[in-house]
Formats: sequence, C-alpha cells, structure tokens
Amino acid sequence: MSLLSVAGLKVAFATRAGRVEALHGIDLAIAAGETLGIVGESGSGKSVTSLAILRLLDRAGRITAGDIAWRGESIVTASASRLRALRGAEIAMIFQNPRTALNPIRPVGQQIIDAIRAHRRISCAEAAAEALDALRQVRIREPERRMRAYPNELSGGMCQRVMIAMAMACRPALLIADEPTTGLDVTTQKAVMDLLAELTRSRGMAMMLITHDLALAAQYCQRVTVMERGRVVETAPPARLFAAPAHPYTQCLVAASPTRHSELPARTVSAAGAKLLEVSHLTKRYPDGTLAVEDVSFALAAGESLGLVGESGSGKTTISRLVCRLMDPSAGEIRLAGTPIGAIPASDFHRAPQRRDIQIVFQDPGESLNPRFTAADAIADPLKRLFTIPRARLMDEVAASAARAGLPADLLTRYPHQLSGGQKARIGIARALAVRPKLLVLDEPTAALDVSVQAVILELLDRLRAEEGLSYLFVSHDLNVVRMLCARMIVLQHGRIVEQGESRTVFRAPQSPYTRELLASIPSFAPA
Amino acid sequence: MSATAAGHALHVLRANRVSAFAAILAVVLVLTAGFGPLLLPFDPIASDVAISLQPPSALHWAGTDQLGRDVLARVIAAGRLDYAIAAAAVFLSFIVGAAIGGACGFRGGAVDRWVGRIVDVLMAFPLFVLAMALVAALGNRVENIIYATAIINLPFYIRFARAEVAVRRGAGWVEAASASGNGPWRIVFSFLLPNVLPAMAVQISLNLGWAILNAAGLSFIGLGVHPPTPEWGIMVAEGARFITVGHWWLVTAPGLALMLSVLCFNLLGDGLRDMLDPRMRT
Amino acid sequence: MTKLASIARLAGQRLLSSLPALLGVVIFTFVLMRVLPGDPAVFFSSGPSAGKQEIEQLRHQMGLDRSIPVQLAFYLRDIATGSLGHSMTTGQDVTKDLRERLPASLELTFAALILALGLAIPMGVLAALNPNAWIDHAVRFFCTLGVCVPTFVSGLLLIYAFYYLAGIAPDPTGRIDVFASPPPAFTGFLTIDSLLAGDSEAFWSALRQLILPAATMALFVLAPLARMTRAAMLAVLGSDYIRTARAMGLSRPRIIIAYALRNAALPVLTIAGIVFSTMLGANVLVEKVFSWPGVAAYALDALLASDYAPVQGFVLLMASVFVVVNLLVDVLYGLADPRVAS
Repeated sequence: MSLLSVAGLKVAFATRAGRVEALHGIDLAIAAGETLGIVGESGSGKSVTSLAILRLLDRAGRITAGDIAWRGESIVTASASRLRALRGAEIAMIFQNPRTALNPIRPVGQQIIDAIRAHRRISCAEAAAEALDALRQVRIREPERRMRAYPNELSGGMCQRVMIAMAMACRPALLIADEPTTGLDVTTQKAVMDLLAELTRSRGMAMMLITHDLALAAQYCQRVTVMERGRVVETAPPARLFAAPAHPYTQCLVAASPTRHSELPARTVSAAGAKLLEVSHLTKRYPDGTLAVEDVSFALAAGESLGLVGESGSGKTTISRLVCRLMDPSAGEIRLAGTPIGAIPASDFHRAPQRRDIQIVFQDPGESLNPRFTAADAIADPLKRLFTIPRARLMDEVAASAARAGLPADLLTRYPHQLSGGQKARIGIARALAVRPKLLVLDEPTAALDVSVQAVILELLDRLRAEEGLSYLFVSHDLNVVRMLCARMIVLQHGRIVEQGESRTVFRAPQSPYTRELLASIPSFAPA
Repeated sequence: MSATAAGHALHVLRANRVSAFAAILAVVLVLTAGFGPLLLPFDPIASDVAISLQPPSALHWAGTDQLGRDVLARVIAAGRLDYAIAAAAVFLSFIVGAAIGGACGFRGGAVDRWVGRIVDVLMAFPLFVLAMALVAALGNRVENIIYATAIINLPFYIRFARAEVAVRRGAGWVEAASASGNGPWRIVFSFLLPNVLPAMAVQISLNLGWAILNAAGLSFIGLGVHPPTPEWGIMVAEGARFITVGHWWLVTAPGLALMLSVLCFNLLGDGLRDMLDPRMRT
Repeated sequence: MTKLASIARLAGQRLLSSLPALLGVVIFTFVLMRVLPGDPAVFFSSGPSAGKQEIEQLRHQMGLDRSIPVQLAFYLRDIATGSLGHSMTTGQDVTKDLRERLPASLELTFAALILALGLAIPMGVLAALNPNAWIDHAVRFFCTLGVCVPTFVSGLLLIYAFYYLAGIAPDPTGRIDVFASPPPAFTGFLTIDSLLAGDSEAFWSALRQLILPAATMALFVLAPLARMTRAAMLAVLGSDYIRTARAMGLSRPRIIIAYALRNAALPVLTIAGIVFSTMLGANVLVEKVFSWPGVAAYALDALLASDYAPVQGFVLLMASVFVVVNLLVDVLYGLADPRVAS
C-alpha cells in the first residue's frame, strides 16, 4: 500500500470573476521511502497540490472532489485536531523563500522548539536539546549560537537548513518540499539538495519534491510526475522520461530545458569585427562601502556575444548597469567604439550621442514596463527621446520593431497587465531594438520566464544577433544558458573575474576551483 | 483605455454598494451646497428674535437658533464655505507637496535630507495647534484658514509622494526610461508622478474629510470665521451654550452635516483604493 | 545585553537627531508669535486710556523694543535656564502654569489612549480573524463613523445624552466635583492621587468627570488603531511564516497569540505613537468643550489674548512630549523587533 495516495483531486478557488478550478482531478501515489518529483511550469497546479495535501489552502481555495489518503486514512475528511496532529509529525513541509517562511521576530531555535512541543509533551529543556541536535543534523556551524539567531541574521541557505531541521525534528514519514531551492544560488542549491537526499535516505523518509526545474527533479527523484494546467500528464522514472517522453507536453519541456549539451540552431557566424566595447580596470564602490566590482577588464568585438556569469553578489548586475551608463563607476574606463564614455555622468548620459548605441533588456519583463504605458507607448518612448521622428512614421517604426521581436501587432494597444510573461519579454526586447543599438546588454532576460518560453526567447535573441550584427553582453546565473548563447564567457566571484575564455573550453576544462564548483553544482539530466 | 477604465469603475461600483452610495452622496452634498441656498425660503442671516430657539417643526425642519434664524438654512448655506475651504486647502497642499516630495524622493541626497528634517519639524508640532497659531499669526480671516490647513497637510503629501516615488525609483521601468534617453526631470514628471497619482487620489479624498474637520475645528474655537457668517464649526460653538439646557438641534444639525461630509469623502477614498487595487479589499 | 545596548544607542541617536527639530520648533514658534497682529503691550496696559509712556515702559519691560534676533537669543537663554517667561494673563511664570496644568491634559490623553487601545485591539483582531463576517463589517462601520464625527460635536452630544437626558454624568466642568475635596497632589493625576490617598469618594468623582472627555477623544482615535490592528493581523495571518507554523501543526491559540499577534503589534505600536500626537492637538477642542483645566485650554486663552510666552511654552512642551513619546515607541519597537537592533 502506498504511503500517500491522491485520487481524482479537484481544487477550486473563489475569485471575483467566479469559481476557478485549479486542479482538474489529480492522481498521485508515493510509497514509503520513495522520492517523487512533481514538475511543472507556472500555473500547472503543483504548489496547489502540495498545499491541498496538508489542507493548507487559503480561505478562497476548496477541495471540491477526490480524496487524499494517508496510510489509508482520508485527509479530506479529517477533523481539525487530527489534522493538527498530522501536520509536522507525520507529514512535514518546507517552502520556497526560507527567509519569509520563518517568523522574523522569534529566535530560530525557539521556532524549532515550538514545532517539537506542538506534538510531544516534553519540557522546554528537553525540546531545546532536541532542537540543537536537529540543527547539528542539518550541519549548521555553531548550532548553539544559531539557536538564538533571528532569521534576518542568517543567509538564505542557512534559513532553509533551519526549515529542514524544523521539518525533520518530529521525524515525519513524508516531507513535502515545495521549490526548496528556488531563489538560492546554484552552489547553495546543491548543498541543500544533497542534505535533503541524505537525510531522507538515512531515515527512510519519503519526499515529494516540487520544482520547475526538470534537471533537479531528474537528479534527485526516483519517479517524476509532470503536471500541466491542473492535470498530471505523465509519470515515469527520470531515465525513461528523458530518453523517451510519451506526452507531447513532456517532450516539449524536455527539449526546452537547457542542459550542458543544449545547442541553438546553427547560424552563420559573422567574423568578429572591430572592438566595440572596452572595459578596463572597472571598479564600483557603493556609498555604504561595499565593493561590488573590483578591477574588471574585458573587451567585446562587434557582432560578438559575451557572457557574464556569477552567483548573487558577484557584481554581474552592477557591471551591466555601469556599461549601460545607468550608474557611475568609481574608477576605470569604459570605451565604446574607441570613445571614452565612462566619465559622462549617468544623469547626463541621456543627452550623449552614445545613448542610442547602448540599450538594455531587463531581468523581470513585468517590472521593467511602466504599468501606465501600452506596448506601443513603451516601444515608442526611446524613439521619441533619442530621434526626431514625425508622428506618422513613429508608429511604423514601432510596428517594425515589434515585428523584429516577434510581438504580434494586435497586442500593441495592450497594457502590461494584459499580457503574458513571454509577451512582456518581447516588448522589452522590441523597446531596446527600436533605436537600433550596436550593443545590447541582456540582464538575465529569461530568468523570470518558464523554460518553454525561455527557449523561444533565447532562440529569438540568437537569431537577432546573427541577422542584425548586434553585440551582446549577456548577464546570467545560468551557465547552461550562457554557453548556448555566448561564444565567450567571464566567470565572476565577489566582484572579480576568476576565469574567462571560450565557453566550450570553460565547460570542458575549467581552470579555477570556483568554476569547477559551479559546473559541478548544475543539476544534470543524467541520473547520478 | 478610458472605455475599459470606466468599465472597471462601473464594475467596482456595482460590486461595492458602499462606494456607490458614497459617490451618490457626494453628488447630492455638492449639489445641495451649490444650489440649495437658492431654493430655500429662509434667509440664513436675518434674525427674528420672536421665533428664537424653537425645536424642529414642519416649518423649520431643524429648528431655529437663539436669534430665530432657520438652522437648516444656515447649515445648507454653510456647506459652500466649508467645502470651498477644504477643497482649496487640499488642492494647494497636493500640488506643492507632490512636486516637492516627488523631486526629493527621486533625487535623494542632501536636499532630500533637509526637506525630510523640515517635514519632521512640521510634524513634531501637534498639527492642530500649529494651525491655530498660523491663523492667529496670519490674521483671523477665512483665507488664512485655507493656508493654515494647507500647511498642516503639506508634510503628509511631501512624505507620501516622497515615499511612493522612492519605492519606485529603483523599479525596472524607471531604469528602462533612463536607458531610453529620458532625463531625470522627465522621469519624475512623466513616469513616476503619474504612477503615484492614483495612490495620491486616495490620499486626497481622505484628506478632504480631514480638512473639513480641521476648518470646522478652527472656527469652533473662534478663529477664521466670524458671526453671523453661517459655518458648521461656529454653529456648533454657538449651540454648545444651549446643550446643557437641552436644545440639542443647534449642535446636531451642523454636526450631522459635518459627519455626512467626512463620511462621504472617507468612503469615496476607500472606494478609490478598492478600484485601484482589488487585493487591498480584504 | 548587547541587544539592550544597541537599542540604547539607537534611542540616543534618535534623541540627538530630534534636538535640531526641537530647536526648529522653538524658533519657528517664536517668529510666528512675533508676527501676531496686535501689540501685546497695548493689550496688557491699563486700558485704552493708557499713556504712551506707560505702553513704552511695558514694551521695554517685555523686551519688545529690541530686534527679533536679540529677543530670540534672550528667549533661548531663558529656555536653557529652564524659564519659559512670564504670562501676562495669569501673571505667573509660564513654567509654573504649565506644570500645574500638564497633569490634567496628560491624565485625559492617557485615559483616552488606554480606552481606545483597550477597545481597538480586540475589535481589530476579531475583525481580522473573521474577515467579511458580520463582526468585521460591524467593526469597520463603527470605525468609519467614529472618525467622521468631530470631537467637539461628539463631546457635546455625549453631554446631552448622559448629563441632560440620562442625568448620570456630572456637570461637564473641571476635573472633580466642585464640592469634593481634591486629594493631596502627588502625581497630579487626580484618579491616581485619590487612590494613593485612599479617598474613594474623590476617586469616583474624578473618574466620573474624566470618563466623558476621555470617551470623546477615544472615539475619535479608535478608527486608525482598529484599522491598523485589523490590517496588520490580516497581513500577518497571510504570511509565509504563519503557513509554516500551521504546516508544523502548532495549535491555533499558539499561532494567533505567539506568532500572529506579536508580529501584528509592531505596526500598531507605530500607529499608537502617531495617534498620541494627534490627541495632543485634539486636546484643544475637548478641553474647551468640557472646561478641562489643561495646558491646551490655557494656551488657547493666551493665543486669543496675544500673550506670547504661554503659547511658545505650550508648543515647546507639546513638541517635547511628542519627542519623548516617539522615543518610547522606538525603544519598545527595538525590544520587540530584533531586526531593528542588528
């Protein structure tokens, strides 16, 4: 008998527009000690499923049909007191954003003690000893001191370890991990996932890993369930799933997920032209004293694509803003086609002739669009500021730019909130392309998008570069994506360059230990 | 756009009866204040001691005061003055506050710190006391009530605009505007302030109510408006003498007018907030 | 211990940074009072028949014949030595007048604040725990109504209802029944002093006088407090860490009290500080309605009589009280929220 089985589960949410069904009949089963992955893009219903299992849906959400059986006992009809006893003690759960998942004004040790004492009648001292032991189990350094720490004093990775310690403290038989590593750096992700895998194995605990990352699920799960729009489309062991996906959606998802072998369609590579961008000894110290970028030098030829890779705090975003001249460097020089531009203050750069030559595409496509501008307004804005174009021709230019970015003309009158993530990303690209820049800075342009959309946008960007002879400075935390799009890459750590070279060479034979660690941390399709 | 916005507004009004009620009430109140005095059979100023202090009757719906004037006529006539004071004061402080706050929130730096200090000084005053002192200093006239009310509202608008602009200053679309070749001033006035405006509209509506209370409070303690000018605060002050002997209508009628006006603007403000952000309606 | 030290340091910084604000208040009020219309010397002279010489002498006595910066310098020196000048209306030291009247105002304000908090917090919590239920609507309705009625109207209506109609409230004048003997002054708060003296008759008399003005003021500030409590509770109840606590199987009372309420108390604390300063201003109206012998009524009389010194002293006092209250709020906040100290 399976530990947990979900049959025909339907969940509906009451919204202002009426009742919306989020799950249309889900069937799942997980055996004792098994690790099951649930993979899906945004809107697939994977998180709703996990919350429904513990009956943690908010007020608006309701289970309308189906059953959830825990060791044969129905959770759907369980009483409030039975549910309380079940949560944490038999089924525990950890969440994404570990920092906000912990009470900000209660010491973390106390929170673990709370969880222990919710289920067992033991004294505070005994519970404290167990909590300390739990922190040791998740390998937090100086656990005695961390017991008294507040979440804001800990890093994201440490907070997630605390969450795991709390979840493990009552020795549950099943752990539901809802995107446990989203938002964490790739090296931290590996450490957290390895810890989870080891703890579940050593305790014979079952785990349900909910993630958007196919590779992550493949590496750590025995079986993977793929969900799409509130339905389960396929369940299989990872090897089978990736070798021979049965469902068209799974096929599409597998094809779209970048791996270390993914390639974009071959393009005629234009011969590298003259040097377009030269950055020498670039340094940025923020007013609060943080040294974000330290003595960074690199060059970029016309028609070339250069990747900047690093984890959070590596200074990659700061470099993108400095090169774009949205921020002033503390020291160093930036030259565009031989002309020094680093000394022009950022607040005056909008008047500089080079403004139209350097454009940028931002990370979050939604957040980078003025909510009060239509798509056409957004694309027209740089044209109006940087050129003098008669009104009649302006709309033609906007339409042409939208077409280059693959944005259908009938969407031009819409506002950002009426568009999907992929469509908003295309507006961002069209806006940057409108003034026909020579250099395009791409700041994680696909980080906020689902993988299937990411694949399409990456291909679009690559095609544009080949067709229009653009130069890219591509900033990303995702090494696989950088390797696909960029011939050359720079690896950054703590604001310094630790390695640079041909992307393929860096992947094949990384020189610095940090690059090796980064590469080893990327979840890989091939089951270990 | 305007069609969808109007549609959305209508949808919200239909879904939210309270806001619809407030909107209708606002129209009724403003029309009454504007045209009511023309339709009334009684003069709000002329006294007739023979009929003084009569309780509400079929003829005098809200009774008569100590000089025999019709209380209802005076309450309606007072509306114009009170609304005009509140509207003018809020308009003044909004224009000045949004410009100063917006510029400071965007630029930051030394000027911003100094403005912040001055705002702190202003807010360190018990504001009603400040208004009192200002009216006394500037001269005991109606326009000075407007200035005093505007000045004590100013720090709130500066602070509000400053905070709202500062929150958005780092937003992606502001950086994008900069990359698109917009200068700092254009970013403040064409990008940031229009985005802050809806939130400020809520503030304006709530503030109108507050300004009415403030103006009435000033005239209640004998500042700004002089008898026999009909004004709600002064009417309450005159009626206060008679409350311990049971002439309740003298206080209740202007009090009710004040309450309805403030209620109306507050509900409108809440409704506006709902219209802007459905998630706020919790 | 280190936490307490860092909070103390923060509080100290805050106090230092509020000193320029206080100085600004002093200078601003001073200049404002100097542009007041009317010549106080004429006002306080023996009458319209007063000779030019008498007025000149009075002007000299009051220091009005010197330039404003010089007057300001003298005034600042006086403040530094603890003197706030002389009131022309009462003929006493302003410091002495204020010291006599401040307890009355503070007793009223604190009573109102305690009353308001005692009502608003349970109301806000109940509303947040049952969003969109009848109790939620009732709380919101009551709050909306409370903030719409000006204090001077609600005070008068309360007098009408409880003094004239029901006859259970005392004559709305002063802090204690005219025939009752006030307790020996210790704190200056009549209710506390009478309890300390074991004089139950005086206590009840003082309490009966206090209840209507305090209720009037509490009614006015109930709305912001209850609204903030409700909003803060709702935000906290929807937060990730409450979901965590539920997922770990913590009991409902524990979640609501130890997790939700303590987090929601932080914004309520901030609002309570702001509300307190609003009440300091609203004192003027309530003290006038109830003939309450507090500092605000004193300042109002002085203001209408162009008597500078009491008004300046009053504003400085109010600003100082405001600074102290904010400091208190900061310290409490620092104690409650570990993020502040780090």
